[in-house]
Amino acid sequence: MSIINVWLFPARLAWRQLVHDRPKMIAAISGVLFACVLVFMQLGFKDALYASAASMPLKFDGDLFLIHRQSEAMWRPAQFERSELIRALGHPAVAEVIPLYLSLATFKAMDTQVKRTLMVFGYDPDTDLLNVDAIKSMKVALRVKDTVMFDEFSRPEFGPVGEQLKVGRNRTEVNDYKVRILGVFQLGISFAADGNIVTSDQNFMRIFPNRSMGYIDVGAIRLHPGTAIQPVKAELKTLLNDFVKIYTYEEILEHERLYWENAAPIGFIFNFGTVMGLIVGMVIVYQILFTEITNYRFEFATLKAMGYQHQYFVRMVFASALILAILGFVPGFVLSKGLYYLAESQIFIPMPMTLEKIVTVFMFILFMCATAGLLAIHRLKSANPADMF
Amino acid sequence: MVIAVHNLSYSFGSGTLTQPVLKGVDLAIHQGEIVIMTGPSGSGKTTLLTIIGGLRQALNGSVVVLGEQLVNSTERTKVSIRRQTGYIFQQHNLLKSLTALQNVCMTLEMQHDLTESERSCRAQKMLEAVGLKEWLHYLPESLSGGQRQRVSIARALVGQPKIVLADEPTASLDRQSGHEAVEILKQLAKVSDTAILLVTHDYRILDIADRVVELEDGMIKSA
Ligand SMILES: Nc1ncnc2c1ncn2[C@@H]1O[C@H](COP(=O)(O)OP(=O)(O)O)[C@@H](O)[C@H]1O
Ligand SMILES: [Mg+2]
Repeated sequence: MSIINVWLFPARLAWRQLVHDRPKMIAAISGVLFACVLVFMQLGFKDALYASAASMPLKFDGDLFLIHRQSEAMWRPAQFERSELIRALGHPAVAEVIPLYLSLATFKAMDTQVKRTLMVFGYDPDTDLLNVDAIKSMKVALRVKDTVMFDEFSRPEFGPVGEQLKVGRNRTEVNDYKVRILGVFQLGISFAADGNIVTSDQNFMRIFPNRSMGYIDVGAIRLHPGTAIQPVKAELKTLLNDFVKIYTYEEILEHERLYWENAAPIGFIFNFGTVMGLIVGMVIVYQILFTEITNYRFEFATLKAMGYQHQYFVRMVFASALILAILGFVPGFVLSKGLYYLAESQIFIPMPMTLEKIVTVFMFILFMCATAGLLAIHRLKSANPADMF
Repeated sequence: MVIAVHNLSYSFGSGTLTQPVLKGVDLAIHQGEIVIMTGPSGSGKTTLLTIIGGLRQALNGSVVVLGEQLVNSTERTKVSIRRQTGYIFQQHNLLKSLTALQNVCMTLEMQHDLTESERSCRAQKMLEAVGLKEWLHYLPESLSGGQRQRVSIARALVGQPKIVLADEPTASLDRQSGHEAVEILKQLAKVSDTAILLVTHDYRILDIADRVVELEDGMIKSA
């Protein structure tokens, strides 16, 4: 009972004072709301970036993957000899190896003729390297010369390829090389590439005449069913040259994600945006709390003269901060949810509003308001009752 | 004896700027006694009142209030005295975001053993006693000066203090409402046997006092 009162009474007084001064309360809430939306958007974009950056290997069907140690990320891989991958076949647990050729290329939109860059995947269709049903079902057709399949989830600037195919328009150019689009599949785009096409390894060489079969970008390894992956990975590591790195499926996803988080400055930009949002919000809340304490210092002195102690006012300030945090967070959350939806539907970036994100942002906002409260508390010292009456 | 001041000295400032305000004050007030203190402006009446109320720390002499020595006292002692005295300020000093009832309840919210309804009930009775039955839920800004001062009387008395300290409570009121307010204060204090030390320049209200003293030149003179 008492412990509740210790917080309830100052919180109630804080609430009554906030409500009494509506304009100031609205200003403070707007500040929190602003910070909240900014942080939600920064985190949303950041997560979307990482999620979609990592989405490239997401559909890879393999147990272990080789990439050149200089490959920072899959959108700009360094090639290595195919023979390196073939050597992995020497390990008894290895059932199959699959070379993957990757390159960025321009794709001419069939309606506007505008060229835009997308990612080209080249591999033997029989291997089903990408675990995407639409591609698997076309493996025979994909072996025909100059055929490709197009990712429906590519950005709309590439044109409504799905509809164009239905009306019989299927010819365009990739890397200025004429190709025929067989159909569409669904993969998803990343910040690095606005779209994807898949083609056979043979066709890949035709589209990129200066590439050769002997140099690959990614080597996928499939083990015999039921083999423990980690020991094989360790053994292959000693077998292979140092210039290739070997990853499990989870590790190669992680490698992609880490690239965007660390190597690319993009992650920093989002973190910077988050911190800036929190600082701006904190300054606004601090300002409001500070003027609030200044305006109410006679009342605080009166309460002190009645026997209220410093701790009570400290609790009041923190309660105000908490109230503002909650009142700013709720509309901030709703607004952010709307903006997430807008981002998903307008710029085709997946922005899920996860519980984790909600909790994280609320913690940030709470921390921000508490810090503002902590800074404002020193102003309380000026309420000395003896000097006021 | 609820207040016993003996040889109390107090100065503002330090060094060459030291300004002695109280120079050996002696004053004793019994339970239930109503004492009015007058004196020229700047003679130190407010200073004395704030020392007795535990708002200001005195370093020389002796000030025993409700059995506690306030000279060189701890913060705890002062807070304890503040809670046991009702203070009525020259300005009403009500909390402007609270209604009359909520303002009066603020005194009782320091007593955690009361329930919300007990607090509210006691505050309401006290406001009725000062004639504000119809005004419980009004904010100070929509009350008249006299009504506000009566709310602050209710606030000072609702905790059933043994002592009420009032610093020129009628200064900002017209004659009629000033007299009303003080009359109410006197009646309520008599009922609960509360001692009152009231500072005033207002000679029209001297008649409520059991005794009138004058503070002059930093010392008490009986008038
Ligand atoms: N906080 C203070 N700092 C310095 N001097 C003060 C302060 N408060 C009062 N004084 C001085 O102390 C003297 C007594 O003040 P006060 O007790 O308010 O007198 P009264 O209430 O009788 O008018 C005055 O000369 C005043 O200038
Ligand atoms: Mg005075």
